[in-house]
Amino acid sequence: MLEAQDLARYFDVSRPALQRLLAREPRRTLRAVDGVSFAIPKGQTLSLVGESGCGKSTVARLVVGLYPPSDGAVVFDGQPLSVARADPAQRQRMQMIFQDPYASLNPRWRVRDIIAEPIRAFKLVEGKEAILARVGELLTQVGLAPADGEKFPHEFSGGQRQRISIARALSSNPEFLVCDEPTSALDVSVQAQILNLMKELQSRLGLTFLFISHNLSVVRQVSDRVGVMYLGRIVEQAPAETLFTAPRHPYTRALMEAIPDLEMTGRARTPVGGEVPSPINPPSGCAFHPRCPLANARCKAERPVALAAGESLVACHAVEEGRG
Amino acid sequence: MTAPLLEVRNLRVEFPTRRGTLTALHDVSLTIQPGEVLGMVGESGAGKSMTGAAIIGLIEPPGRIAGGQVLLGGRRIDNLPYDQMRHVRGRQIGAIFQDPLTTLNPLYTVGRQLVETITTHLPLNPAQARARAIEWLELVGIPAASQRIDSYPHEFSGGMRQRVVIALALCAEPRLIIADEPTTALDVSIQAQVIALLKRLAREKGTAMLLVTHDMGVIAETADRVAVMYAGRIIEIGPVRQIVKHPRHPYTEGLMASIPPLDRRVERLAAIEGSMPRLSAIPPGCAYNPRCPKVFGRCLTERPELLDAGTTQAACWLHADG
Repeated sequence: MLEAQDLARYFDVSRPALQRLLAREPRRTLRAVDGVSFAIPKGQTLSLVGESGCGKSTVARLVVGLYPPSDGAVVFDGQPLSVARADPAQRQRMQMIFQDPYASLNPRWRVRDIIAEPIRAFKLVEGKEAILARVGELLTQVGLAPADGEKFPHEFSGGQRQRISIARALSSNPEFLVCDEPTSALDVSVQAQILNLMKELQSRLGLTFLFISHNLSVVRQVSDRVGVMYLGRIVEQAPAETLFTAPRHPYTRALMEAIPDLEMTGRARTPVGGEVPSPINPPSGCAFHPRCPLANARCKAERPVALAAGESLVACHAVEEGRG
Repeated sequence: MTAPLLEVRNLRVEFPTRRGTLTALHDVSLTIQPGEVLGMVGESGAGKSMTGAAIIGLIEPPGRIAGGQVLLGGRRIDNLPYDQMRHVRGRQIGAIFQDPLTTLNPLYTVGRQLVETITTHLPLNPAQARARAIEWLELVGIPAASQRIDSYPHEFSGGMRQRVVIALALCAEPRLIIADEPTTALDVSIQAQVIALLKRLAREKGTAMLLVTHDMGVIAETADRVAVMYAGRIIEIGPVRQIVKHPRHPYTEGLMASIPPLDRRVERLAAIEGSMPRLSAIPPGCAYNPRCPKVFGRCLTERPELLDAGTTQAACWLHADG
């Protein structure tokens, strides 16, 4: 359904030209996404997890075409994204759900207008009555009442607003949805409602998801396949079950280790030291080596490539050499 | 049992609005022993942060404490004049807030902020205070503390900045720390480091802590006891293990069940239907009754107080016969 081929996005973060000239500084680029490849089969969910600044949201924006890639390509259902984006019939097949339901809905529009906008833009349904009926149908589908269409976004709670965002995304009958942290702004009891709704819609409508999250437990619940990102690259990619039961990359293991333990087994955790380095000036070799317990001279010098191990792809010298 | 360090009795906080008075906190009572960590959980708007703010006397006007008492070491602090309260804050009670960027003054070096706090509250001269500040930065795990002390807040990363905030809250050696979502703005690997740090310091210095968070995992790892809040009231309070493993209030049960498990995939998560009522529309009887799967006649008309529910105390009519 969707394929990312060696996708990259660089941002120019140089200082203004004159200052740069005076200080004799070179241009500086931030490599937000640096060679990311994945494929999502129809009807499945691929999740990207990672800490803030790892580039996962940039990937989401590249995939729907909100940013043009600096390098590499996105292929949507067999055609390059740039071609698909130019054709409204193709464009309506992909939609995005954003993190903050307080910022992504226009506060001055009634909910019915918010949801009807894609329908009008793509001319999917003609006639006022028919559009209203379709909006009512969509509201029912996400667990709200058709009468809620008359209200404004501020009359709804965070969870209900996120339902409205989902209804709007569904209004163009998309097949592929990009969800950027769709539950991060919600309370845990409401998060469960939204995750259930998304899973239900996926099985009913056969949707394909690219799911972006920093929350590993949420990712475990929704994904078929998971990619773990660190500093603009995918360090490990595997079927969800494999990744959670047998993580290979030291960073993946460190992430899982860091999650507070609800089971209260009292095991002593060894938090990974240090912090995510700056993507403007990433470490040499493997970007994780300054924090990695398994790092050696090769990790400092040579950047590991993702190697296949069963159904997984792992970019780590230690795993490759069997030191892990 | 020794005398509690902090005792909150029937605390009530009100916000006058044009459409009548809203009560943000009803009858909140709790105690914290020296060296104890009391966790406080609940969904947004439940009143967790409000409780913390009321204890340190930092409720934004027009909100006000309309009833009840706050006692620190047996002495009332909720009615102190502003000047005296300033000395209690910092010296006796340290506060750590969620966002480390807004807690620190961006115009002063972290050293200057630490030294100011130390000299205000402790009888030390500036040179001694600076030495003490460096010690604290080392203690919270900032590398090359003696050089970093002259850096400005923006020169630190998020995790390091939160460490500075912790040092700032602890440097006057308060007896109580109010930590309001101290790790929420941090990435999970940094969060683990900060939790470990807070736990170690509380243990080593015998500092008591009120830990406010919505993250049950953080509570399970850090707290000794837990208070669960819903719509401005404590609805269950008890030892952390009991609350996490054997909650007695249906809301706590629902809250625990809705946390996605990390160790397995479930087809359908147990969600709590609906959402928490607004302060202006709290239903009669038990505030949780519209969402409660175990609701019965009495819940709709009468509001339960905290009742003895075996291992915990729960405000639920299911435990009316003890």
